[in-house]
Amino acid sequence: MLIEQLINGLTLGSIYAIVALGFTLVFGVLGIINMAHGEIFMFGAFIGVMITAMFDAPLWVAFGASILITAILGFFLETFALRPLRNKPGVSHLAPLISTIGVSIFLENLSHHLFGSGNKPFEAPFAQVSFQVGSITVYLVQIVIFVISIILMVALSIWLGKTKAGKALRATAENLETASLLGVDTKRIITMTVIIASAIGGIAGILVGMAFNSVNPQMGLSMGLKGLAIIILGGMGNVRGAMAGGLILGLAETFVVVYGDSGYKDAIAFLAIIVILLIRPQGLFGKKITT
Amino acid sequence: MLKVNGINAFYGKIQVLKDISLEVEEGSIVTILGANGAGKTTTMKTISGLLKPQQGNIKFLGEDVTGLRPDQKVKKGIALVPEGRQILAGMTVLENLEMGAYHRKDNEIDQDLERMFERFPILKEREKQLGGTLSGGQQQMLAIARAIMSRPKLLLLDEPSMGLAPLVVADIFKIIKEINQTGTTVLLVEQNARQALKVSDYGYVLETGKIVADGKADQLLNDPRIMEAYLGRKSS
Repeated sequence: MLIEQLINGLTLGSIYAIVALGFTLVFGVLGIINMAHGEIFMFGAFIGVMITAMFDAPLWVAFGASILITAILGFFLETFALRPLRNKPGVSHLAPLISTIGVSIFLENLSHHLFGSGNKPFEAPFAQVSFQVGSITVYLVQIVIFVISIILMVALSIWLGKTKAGKALRATAENLETASLLGVDTKRIITMTVIIASAIGGIAGILVGMAFNSVNPQMGLSMGLKGLAIIILGGMGNVRGAMAGGLILGLAETFVVVYGDSGYKDAIAFLAIIVILLIRPQGLFGKKITT
Repeated sequence: MLKVNGINAFYGKIQVLKDISLEVEEGSIVTILGANGAGKTTTMKTISGLLKPQQGNIKFLGEDVTGLRPDQKVKKGIALVPEGRQILAGMTVLENLEMGAYHRKDNEIDQDLERMFERFPILKEREKQLGGTLSGGQQQMLAIARAIMSRPKLLLLDEPSMGLAPLVVADIFKIIKEINQTGTTVLLVEQNARQALKVSDYGYVLETGKIVADGKADQLLNDPRIMEAYLGRKSS
């Protein structure tokens, strides 16, 4: 029982971590909360449903399509909603935040048109496959989610820590002006960051669809708020904080349901924020994109 | 090598630079002197591309580079060591140096790294340490080494002696002289007039956004007006 719940918690937590990564990358580089990230994530989930259900394609094609579409959405977000507001005299620093809220409303309504407003079932081909280890039941889908999340997190950490582009991203996140003085084309790095964050959101969308067996146009908002809670918990703009924060939240929620009252499940995230902010106002890991 | 022609620059509606013209000859060290608020840092920001001048132009090696972004100017061979050093505190000393060579595609980067570590052994010792954990003087050395990693033709230094102990200041000026002797042209901004002029060939004096005097460094050293500008007395 305990181990089963631990596995449930880790699965949920690894998804939360992936959602939070998208928020934290954009916050790290641009210093803004991307309120459209939840909706981009939701789009990724719907693309996954479309590809697997309507075209009966394998899961990896769904991932590919979802990454592609959300990456394009990220590019549009940066080009049309964020860049025009940057470094303009007289533009409030809240303007990009409001602009991303606009994009999120637009995307949610667009998804009502494109995909319909109700729940869509998401059936991974191996949804019912499970193993019996002693008295514990483990579903294959949980393992797949967990493994994909871990691969993604490790890959992102290596990319940020070892590659030239990753280092340029960290330099830009730390100090945009200094990065440009060192020869970094910061405009390109910003565009790249928003695209990568959005594509990670697309992957997260499919993982959520697989975990909960359904997707709907409202899922972006609730998942977005949790992602936000996690990066406040882990430290705004901190990659490791997002990963740890996601796992902590996933485990906490799972165990509240098991040993407490499931009615309080969603309150956990926000309770955690309040407590953390009282004790460590900078979050668990503080600021800055480090590896 | 560098020719600045009549640039005007503004912060919002406030004019910070008024018709600044100056010239830096290849192989020389040139100093811009002035008190706080005279426009020294703004001049450096404008030359490096962080600020765009409203009027005037900047020519580098005969080419108009006025409107280029900082990263484009680094590729042309202009590197700025900014005021306050601006070390990437969350990145290691080695990563800071690697970032200096960001635009380079040649295969001599490792060789240059070795050379930097030879010249600044303290950086080798702290190679794996985060930039933010270094002392002020070490950070200044890292900032200079990082700029040199881009292989600049013209090195801009914005108040390299600021906030450093006198012994370290002497060290920094010695390093500047050495860099110049290896063929890099240097444009320096300083409040530390005496020490700066001692290593320089030529100097300009900036007061409330205007150049009020210029001349050979040894002439300026014996000019009473320099002390006046250095103390920051308003001319109006």
